[in-house]
Amino acid sequence: MSTATTRTSPPIGTLLMRGLFDENPVFRLALSLCPAVAVTTTVKNGVMLGVAVFVVQVLSSVSASLLRPVIIPKIRVPLFVIIIAIWVSVMDMVLAAFYPDIYAEVGLYVKLIVAFAIIISRMELFAMKHPPMPAFWDGFGMGLGFLVAMILTGALRELLGSGSVFGIQIVDFNPLLLVILPAGGFFTIGLIMALFNWVDVKRGIAVKDDYKGCHG
Amino acid sequence: MADAKVLNNNQILVEGPLPTDPESVRLVRADDADILLEVTAVSPGSEPGTFLVTTTETLQTADHYLMTLAGSDLMWSIAPSAMAVLVAGVIGSALINNMVFTRYLGLCVFFGVSRKKETAIGMGVTFTIVGLLSGMLTWALNEFVMRPLSLDFLQIIAFIGIVACLVQGTDLVLKKVNKVLHGKFGIYLMLITTNCIILAVPLLNATNEANLVEGFALALGSGLGFALALFLFSCARERVDMAPVPVVFRGLPIAFIVAGLFALAFLGFSGLSFL
Repeated sequence: MSTATTRTSPPIGTLLMRGLFDENPVFRLALSLCPAVAVTTTVKNGVMLGVAVFVVQVLSSVSASLLRPVIIPKIRVPLFVIIIAIWVSVMDMVLAAFYPDIYAEVGLYVKLIVAFAIIISRMELFAMKHPPMPAFWDGFGMGLGFLVAMILTGALRELLGSGSVFGIQIVDFNPLLLVILPAGGFFTIGLIMALFNWVDVKRGIAVKDDYKGCHG
Repeated sequence: MADAKVLNNNQILVEGPLPTDPESVRLVRADDADILLEVTAVSPGSEPGTFLVTTTETLQTADHYLMTLAGSDLMWSIAPSAMAVLVAGVIGSALINNMVFTRYLGLCVFFGVSRKKETAIGMGVTFTIVGLLSGMLTWALNEFVMRPLSLDFLQIIAFIGIVACLVQGTDLVLKKVNKVLHGKFGIYLMLITTNCIILAVPLLNATNEANLVEGFALALGSGLGFALALFLFSCARERVDMAPVPVVFRGLPIAFIVAGLFALAFLGFSGLSFL
């Protein structure tokens, strides 16, 4: 984790880049994996969940940053959870009302956004220590990183698994059923993670293999 | 209502008066009462007053069937016993629909604590116990408070609140009652809040409008399934850590590939049907 000091906020570009690549929530931090594997059988589902997480992340980060003065440090985690739960409920109802057909498939995972470690960890590590504007951009970057990860995985799986993207047939071949199966999600994410590592090797950065899991 | 039970794959044993004409017997699944199951024969059973109804469909003891007669008010309800529902539910959610490998839930914790067998066992045990407790508490809350009051929209907030309180409470009690146990399992307790399975169980139960036995079976089965998946995976991962893996695949990527192989193996359970 980068060492952001309490008052000085990093520039917007750094914040965005961090969310998209250096600390990509899915491929780097390995947080919020459940939906990344589960709903990415098609791009459409991936986009829907990605957008939901993006919105919840931005709103929660900004809320936490705004409420900084009144949040009692001792009970901050339950308070964060409640803030997230409120925004997730809002998102859940909006999606259920406007996109009922996709919601039928990914509804459970939309509700489970509450338990995503990425959102609460950004609130704890960044939003609590910074004013609303940087917190907004940090949430923006992380949310965008997640959205991009969902689109990337979704596109790859839909293309290989059914030869289409966004439901539009692109290539005509015998689909690789394995990619759509539960196991395929794990394989795809593993391969994309390896790709990220490969880019790191090319950039001359040592690959970290001492992954310790999510810290909360 | 007279007695009836599923005898084998396509025969039902019925007590009571039945005409021998198979055309007049109407047999349906309780879930979709519109689809008739074809009855081919009605024959007398081994004891007087009992009849065997034969169908072409494959019957499941875990399913609920309804049987009626044309031109009569008589109805037979062929429901599985609570024990059968429990066993089927536990096996179903632990193996066939394993939370980790087929529903992809709890992956964050799954990859986080599976590096060593010891931590995997600790997490598995703690999670199963807390998951069962929270599953039952949330089921009661949903059944007796939220559903009667139509507070469905508060589901997410209420369930996550219960889980957080329960985890905090268990931590406090354990700390006071048994220091040694707390030292061993305390750290896993805190991680449970970020495990989606603990939230998915009450949400699934609420969506399926599960009764007490079904809710209990889902909570227990998903806990056991998670513990099993975690233990198996940690065994494999201890070996992978020793293996000469290509640099770019080291750490998480190879762990994902291994998890994918496990998921493929768990697909084998999808054909499992018993009872």
